[in-house]
Amino acid sequence: MKVTINGGAVELPGEATVGEAVRTLTAMTSGVAVAVNGEVVSRSAWESTRLSESDLVEVLTAVQGG
Amino acid sequence: MDGVEVEAGMEDVLSLGGEKFTSRLIMGTGGAPSLDVLEQALEESGTEITTVAMRRLDPASRGSVLDVLRRKGIKVLPNTAGCFTAGEAVLTARLAREALETNWVKLEVISDERTLLPDPIETFDAAERLVADGFVVLPYIGDDPALARRLEQAGCAAVMPLGAPIGSGLGIRNPHNIELIVESAGVPVILDAGIGTASDAALAMELGCDAVLLASAVTRAQRPGLMAAAMRHAVTAGRAARIAGRIPMRRYAEASSPALTA
Repeated sequence: MKVTINGGAVELPGEATVGEAVRTLTAMTSGVAVAVNGEVVSRSAWESTRLSESDLVEVLTAVQGG
Repeated sequence: MDGVEVEAGMEDVLSLGGEKFTSRLIMGTGGAPSLDVLEQALEESGTEITTVAMRRLDPASRGSVLDVLRRKGIKVLPNTAGCFTAGEAVLTARLAREALETNWVKLEVISDERTLLPDPIETFDAAERLVADGFVVLPYIGDDPALARRLEQAGCAAVMPLGAPIGSGLGIRNPHNIELIVESAGVPVILDAGIGTASDAALAMELGCDAVLLASAVTRAQRPGLMAAAMRHAVTAGRAARIAGRIPMRRYAEASSPALTA
């Protein structure tokens, strides 16, 4: 299954979850938030939310700014 | 102590979003050359609230601004910097709430990259949606008294008019409008953006602003820690002067010594 994570194409096994997508980038679970196709997926739902082909996954964290 | 003692034993506090703060200097974190420099500047500033931006996680980055803020016990205020539409800003605020476990947001919706001036239409739209979603909304706006009033009516916890464009260091270009905003506001007014040096921060407080938010003036100064200390003193001095009540300006002299009599 091909999805886009933070702008890059990533191949994940079918039935992959949001949690698995996050772990391609980081092992951190705090200070991180995820949106799939423009909707926030709360941390408690990461392991139960399955991705679909061509999903757009954004994984964000806080950086210096403002 | 970073506050002003109004009367003996009675300290001046800032009430914002249902919380109380002693410092009236809110810091940004953008522009600091390193996290060590940032940490020292935050320490010197005495700040209790500091902004961060939300960006794509970079697996290669080392150290986090969040670790610095946690270590210092500073409240994290996520912003929506970089957003051009209400929709982007609302999503960014929701992601920040999820990542940082705060419902506070500095709402920033810009109109173009060259001026970074806030878009009033998108900002107002986003503010309404975020207030309805339970956020404590602190909107960055132009120095527009009418918009400030409308955002207050929409339920924003403060209004944050600019002194001048972000990072310009041009100071407060329209002090009259800032005074007008202060006069009619029922929520805190936080002067945000444009501060170049300590006298600008003092002026903001003398005009009646409740707090000042700045970043570049400190983080891009030749000596950030020293400028942070200067800003802390300026905000405190300006606040004290505002409470003390300045003398009216006069066209001619008024003698401060008694007249000589024959």
